[in-house]
Amino acid sequence: MAQDDIILANLDDAALVQQMHEDLYDGLKEEIEQGVRILLDRNWTPYKVLTEALVEGMRIVGEDFRDGILFVPEVLMSANAMKGGMAILRPLLVETGAPRVGKMVIGTVKGDIHDIGKNLVAMMLEGAGFDVIDLGINTDVDKFLKAIEEHEPDLLGMSALLTTTMPYMKVVIETLKEKGIRDKISVLVGGAPLNEDFAKAIGADAYCRDAAVAVETAKDFIKRKHNQRGAVA
Amino acid sequence: MGAGDARTGTQPKLLILACGALAREILAALEVNKLDHVTLHCLPASLHNRPQEIPDAVRVALREQRGKYDRILVGYADCGTGGQLDKVLAEAGVERLPGPHCYSFFSGVERFAARGDEDMRAFFLTDFLVRQFDTLIVEGMGLDRHPELRDIYFQHYKTVVYLSQIDDPELVSQARRAAQRLGLAFEHRRVGYGDLASALRTFGESRETFEIQEKPS
Repeated sequence: MAQDDIILANLDDAALVQQMHEDLYDGLKEEIEQGVRILLDRNWTPYKVLTEALVEGMRIVGEDFRDGILFVPEVLMSANAMKGGMAILRPLLVETGAPRVGKMVIGTVKGDIHDIGKNLVAMMLEGAGFDVIDLGINTDVDKFLKAIEEHEPDLLGMSALLTTTMPYMKVVIETLKEKGIRDKISVLVGGAPLNEDFAKAIGADAYCRDAAVAVETAKDFIKRKHNQRGAVA
Repeated sequence: MGAGDARTGTQPKLLILACGALAREILAALEVNKLDHVTLHCLPASLHNRPQEIPDAVRVALREQRGKYDRILVGYADCGTGGQLDKVLAEAGVERLPGPHCYSFFSGVERFAARGDEDMRAFFLTDFLVRQFDTLIVEGMGLDRHPELRDIYFQHYKTVVYLSQIDDPELVSQARRAAQRLGLAFEHRRVGYGDLASALRTFGESRETFEIQEKPS
């Protein structure tokens, strides 16, 4: 792409958003940051910039990843570009009271330091309007419990990359049961060695094979929760 | 099916169906143990970076080899398949190498497990991975195209731990350079073949025969 030939500020809104989708696809962080600033200067709300320029762009990236057109390194470059845009938008989203969908506490489980997938999920959830409390890596059950108590999330997300660490998810779920809070929270799990059977076996509510699925699953659980409340009322 | 016969001394036909990353080490162990009746067939080492594809690749290879051998050992550990490889092997009635991955059986499964969280921030290299560092790590992880990804991939790692199978100063130097490239400290552990050697010996000296099972439809 002849990036040098394109002056983002000269593009109209629709062309700029289209260009940002392409820049996101190509993992061009500085261009994304510039595009975000231009749209904000044109009085776009932070929420509109987030959803139409960034989230939609990452949706395309996610689809091509799923279809084997893009690979992990390219997706990471795209995510890094989106992260640049999010850093500008995050404080503005808080200020402007953008709609919040739900709340998730998320972390990579004890003994595991791999957080690339978890970070991607956290960022995509944030983009989809979730409040995300990211506990980072090597998260033990006490840290999960403390965060759940403090933030009262709708969802708990756990990630693991290793066959040796993924069983720890069961430890967390069993502890939630012991504490009598398992039913108050939906548990989503993910990570390269996981699968549906494992998620079922440990008593999780859902297995999410990638970030896009995680976002859709999280939204679905929030919708169900609202429907249940409606039914009770 | 041409099974070995203990009375006549006929050797059973044995196959090791292994990860390409273990080819050199398995051949060396077979030679040392004089197990020349064991055949080695390897699947692409590039599956190391795509473990989710290992179970199906093994299933297909087992089907291809069914009937040609008296006994098969799968030369993989769990290798990040999250138990999916074991499912395939249970369907076929075939065993694999012990432990969660090659770092574990090269170190000795029990010793590796005992280290626990001590090695949580270790990025392991074997002889194979040192030799193939540019192909599997640098190119495979896209670091050649996007050097900035290094800090995203490796920010939580502290040390490259080189688990060497043979004593080769050149490989040690290469491993040290790999650690520098990743911005990590370096540690060298001479582990040899660990549990791989004993697993191959047990398999190679076994005179049992068996029938590889078809997956129930």
